[in-house]
Amino acid sequence: MTTGSTFPRQARRAAWLLGSLVLALGLWQSVVWLAVPPPYILPGPVEVAAEFIASGQMILRHAGFTLTEVILGLLLGTVLGAGSAVALAASRVARALLRPIMVFSQAIPVFVIAPILMLWFGYGIWPKVMMALLIIYFPVTSAFFDALMRTPQPWLDLARVMGAHRGRVMRHVRIPAALPGLASGLRLAAVYAPIGVIISEWVGASRGIGYLVLWANSRSKVDLMFATTMTLAAMTLLLYAAVDAACRRWLDRPGS
Amino acid sequence: MTPPPALRFEGSARIGGTPVFGPISLCAGAGEWTCLLGTSGVGKTTLLRLIAGVDEVTEFSGMIRASDGVPLHGRLALMAQDDLLMPWLSVIDNVLLGARLRGEQPDRTRAAKVLDQTGLTRHAGKKPRALSGGQRQRAALARTLMEDRPVLLLDEPFSALDAVTRAQMQDLTARLLRGRTVLMVTHDPAEAVRLGDAIQVMAPDGLSAVPPPSGPAPRPADASEVLKAQAALLASLRQSA
Repeated sequence: MTTGSTFPRQARRAAWLLGSLVLALGLWQSVVWLAVPPPYILPGPVEVAAEFIASGQMILRHAGFTLTEVILGLLLGTVLGAGSAVALAASRVARALLRPIMVFSQAIPVFVIAPILMLWFGYGIWPKVMMALLIIYFPVTSAFFDALMRTPQPWLDLARVMGAHRGRVMRHVRIPAALPGLASGLRLAAVYAPIGVIISEWVGASRGIGYLVLWANSRSKVDLMFATTMTLAAMTLLLYAAVDAACRRWLDRPGS
Repeated sequence: MTPPPALRFEGSARIGGTPVFGPISLCAGAGEWTCLLGTSGVGKTTLLRLIAGVDEVTEFSGMIRASDGVPLHGRLALMAQDDLLMPWLSVIDNVLLGARLRGEQPDRTRAAKVLDQTGLTRHAGKKPRALSGGQRQRAALARTLMEDRPVLLLDEPFSALDAVTRAQMQDLTARLLRGRTVLMVTHDPAEAVRLGDAIQVMAPDGLSAVPPPSGPAPRPADASEVLKAQAALLASLRQSA
């Protein structure tokens, strides 16, 4: 792939993105103009932008707390999820014992766990981090595990004829071959982790985006709710883009 | 490398009760290049996989052994139609893969020599995706040479290459693998008569030997004796189908 062919494609993608953003904002403003809802029900994009400018510093401070919790949850969830996937792929016993527990754990809605986590870890940062960890653990483990179990058989045969040790096949063949699967899990995790943190912040927090939305709601500050929500959406998109870019860069030389 | 032994295969194979091939007896001479031909589905690749010890599906009854009585495990190398290069490793790291997988110290000096023999020195740091089909197959040959095993199993290693590259690869492989016991599955009678010290045709009712042309391999493809042997081999293949 040459730079010459990449650049126009990226430019085209950016143009389409900008176009869809303008379309969404246009639709939103049209609803406000046509239906004329009271501003405490649906403020227009201009009012929301004005609120963001006015309260930007406060919103960004709360967003910073949420982002810290999300990143910590992402890091811990990735380490734990990737480790679990390797253990499951390496051991039949681990698969037999742990997979039913993992599937059962997914049957419990994370909303239900949030108050329990608060009870265990208090009001601070850790129940939020744990919540992000829990919500991304399964997608990361599942995506990486599936990829680890799909190593092309001819590669495994080659390793066997070479007299490879099992652990070394895992390290030098199965894991590198499965990294695109882990990357898919991480991309999902980047979108899911903020959901976990926000739920936890709703249940009990004195800072963060989730807290700010509830606070603004209780004071009928709908434009602040919208500005905060938009900030969260932008943060999640940026996080996704960062994880995606990191995965692409990493996958270009995963074995080195 | 220990002196290459002859390879003896005797037995039959079934998958889920269905016979793959009946009782057959094959001997690949010590230090010789034996070509195995036959129509698709006759069980050539299964036979090769059984010898390599990587077939877990087929029920095999019989014996596979080396003439020197030493177990074959650890004395075989495999080269397939697909180059099986790890896409995330550079050419030299692919060549050193076996050592890494066994937990041995990678011998970079020998790897550099093997890359030189296969004409890949300039490409040592490249990833497989940056190589042509012929270069990739040469990298697979370099990896096979690096393993330095006395017995080699080749499963149609040149069949995906264009005619010119294939002829070049045949010459290079014949030169570099000389003196080892080679069992090669191929669909190409021209390839078999160029390279084979012995030629076996596999059919549902067993194996039959076809005499190879005289002279050392690789033989010139346009020599009249080679062309005659190719025609005879093709006739034998058609008869066995």
